[in-house]
Amino acid sequence: MIELIVISTLNGVLFGMLLFLMASGLTLIFSMMGVLNFAHASFYMLGAFFGFQVSRWLGFWPALVIAPVLAGAIGAGVERFGLRRVHRNGHVAELLFTFGLAFVIEEIVQIIWGKSPVDFRVPPLLDFPAFTVFSTNYPAYKMFMLLVSIAIFAGLLIVLKKTRIGLIVQAALTHPHMVAHLGHNVGRIFMLVFGVGTALAAVAGVIAGPALVTQSNMAGLLGPILFVVVVVGGLGSLPGAFIASLLIGLVQTFAVSMNGSLAGAFGPLGPDYASTWLADIWGVTIAQIAPIMPYVLLVLILIFRPIGLLGTRDT
Amino acid sequence: MSDTASAVAPPLPSVADKLKFYGLWLVTAAVLVLLPYVFGSGGSLTTFCLIGISIIFSLSYNILLGQTGMLSFGHAVYYGLGGFLVIHAINIIGANKLPIPLPIVPLIGGLTGLLFAALLGWVSTQRSGTAFAMISLGVAELIASSALILRTFFGGEAGVSANRTKLLKVFGWSFGPQIQIYYLVAAWTLIAVVAMYALTRTPLGRMCNAVRDNPERVQFVGYNPHTVRYIAFCFAGFFAGIAGALAAINFEIANSAYLGAAQSGTVLFAAYIGGIGFFIGPIVGAIFVTFLSLGLSDLTQVWQLYFGLIFMVVVLFAPGGITGLLMMHRPLIRAGTLLKVLPSYLFALAPTLAMIAGLVGTIETIVHYTVNPGDDSHIKAFGVGFDAASPLVWGLSAVLLIGGYAVARTTWRWIGRAWSEATTLARDKGGAA
Repeated sequence: MIELIVISTLNGVLFGMLLFLMASGLTLIFSMMGVLNFAHASFYMLGAFFGFQVSRWLGFWPALVIAPVLAGAIGAGVERFGLRRVHRNGHVAELLFTFGLAFVIEEIVQIIWGKSPVDFRVPPLLDFPAFTVFSTNYPAYKMFMLLVSIAIFAGLLIVLKKTRIGLIVQAALTHPHMVAHLGHNVGRIFMLVFGVGTALAAVAGVIAGPALVTQSNMAGLLGPILFVVVVVGGLGSLPGAFIASLLIGLVQTFAVSMNGSLAGAFGPLGPDYASTWLADIWGVTIAQIAPIMPYVLLVLILIFRPIGLLGTRDT
Repeated sequence: MSDTASAVAPPLPSVADKLKFYGLWLVTAAVLVLLPYVFGSGGSLTTFCLIGISIIFSLSYNILLGQTGMLSFGHAVYYGLGGFLVIHAINIIGANKLPIPLPIVPLIGGLTGLLFAALLGWVSTQRSGTAFAMISLGVAELIASSALILRTFFGGEAGVSANRTKLLKVFGWSFGPQIQIYYLVAAWTLIAVVAMYALTRTPLGRMCNAVRDNPERVQFVGYNPHTVRYIAFCFAGFFAGIAGALAAINFEIANSAYLGAAQSGTVLFAAYIGGIGFFIGPIVGAIFVTFLSLGLSDLTQVWQLYFGLIFMVVVLFAPGGITGLLMMHRPLIRAGTLLKVLPSYLFALAPTLAMIAGLVGTIETIVHYTVNPGDDSHIKAFGVGFDAASPLVWGLSAVLLIGGYAVARTTWRWIGRAWSEATTLARDKGGAA
């Protein structure tokens, strides 16, 4: 039991930190430009596939740097030549633009790398068990993932809170016009933030690629959960996104490792109709409903706190 | 009637206006009745059925996006649930020999859509804008994932099927042949379109527009925007349920793809490409997108890529959709200055087409090398056969793409100049009149 709790907590925190790597970029972009980048998970996928391709040519470590830079450059290009144009048609058009972009990126990835998973392996340097908890070996690569996400989290915090760039970014969040009047190029700041945000998602993709499955549907699988994170945390709130990421990471990981069901809990006490037309609900295990847990959490949050955990504004 | 009321109320429509208005619907009905006599083949009847279903679905979506300003990524939930309930209903009715004929079965789908929209809508519509979009996505994922878990009802991956011919027959119609299904779909399409048009003319419809444009003022006037959004959401769910029911009757099967994100995306594409600013927009979009998806899939392997690109181009350059683009020309036609713009369109046509041809050539050659590299390099796309390995094709594609773009850019600028001249002239004339 303790073993299960330790391992699930580690995995949950890991998944949560990965989610936060993406949610942080998404939140920064949203609070600055008011546009929720629907294609954010697609940049995560691009990161994973670029990482796969570059690591085949140059090895994993160069890929860890090159892939996010590439994806970030594409992101900056999308902001400069696409979003900036759509901006005058309002937020709905911006959201739709990124929606179309997500669709197109998925198609392009399918064309280039196919629909089946690619063979993206853990680098040999990290392919050993880091430590053993009771009887389970915990892979070193997962510890590496955790360290990278924490390092980036800390770096982001320092840049935002302690540097001049962070100061300007924070100012542009709330008072873009004033920042422009002070002589800063707000357009360039937006492009930079979009590029960095998508690059962060790509970092998550590169480090998650070998541990999870690198496949053309990975954006479609993770995207909705990512949006649940930002809504549950409160749109535009970075601390909220952090809490929500960890919460959803932990909830989902723990749910996967639990096997109970209503039939198991009540056993012979179950009513007659439990074995006929309620059989699905009665027999389903918690592990089976793990994929829908984030959405259940979303509905609960919407009922009890519609603006999100730490949300302050109503879009 | 008091003085103020008579001053504020719009003038009663003249007889000619009324005739024009009702005549339009009658002509539409006549066209729907006569259509199978002109295009009677099985393939075209199936296409018409798909278009009719798509029209209802897109219009129901536009109640949300176009009229109330709610961008939903999960509208297929109500479509799919309507479809599933109808399949089960047909099975139950058939097994128990209940006296319910097929033509009123779509109503069950509509009521299902209404019920679920009423259940899920109150939570979903608490927020508007971006938050609503994300919530609709989350709720849709919740239902779509649950559908795979609740296998007894949703039939897992395979879905549930039914036999539509086993129901009570009226006037000897068994609804086996496609032509009878066509008339069923056509009738329901006409009813739904009329109903949804009428909805836009009610005070509720106007209130929806007000909520879309300025929710704060709606609150000042004494309405609750949340309630208005909720009611609009329920109506949209109802009509989506009818569309889903017709789809289920048409295919005699409902599976989890009905509820999925792809279906929600398609209806969004259809409504937006058609144009969300006008009532007729989603109808145009539904027809266009249905033809596009049927036609493109025959012509090329990667039709979905083109589909996405078309959508992005529409969002970038024509936010009003096809209808919006056409309607932009109305003031010019009225003022008679349209002829000033047309020549510049003709100039732009050739280089733009060249650019598109170059782009298609590039995409198809790349697709050949990445998707099926081992195959014969003589490929056929859009009915044109060419050798993907020949440097000539590569060079030609590149030249067409880059050269076409360079020339087209200039001609686009001409269009812009001609356009502003023509509109200025039209405005001057309008001001003089």
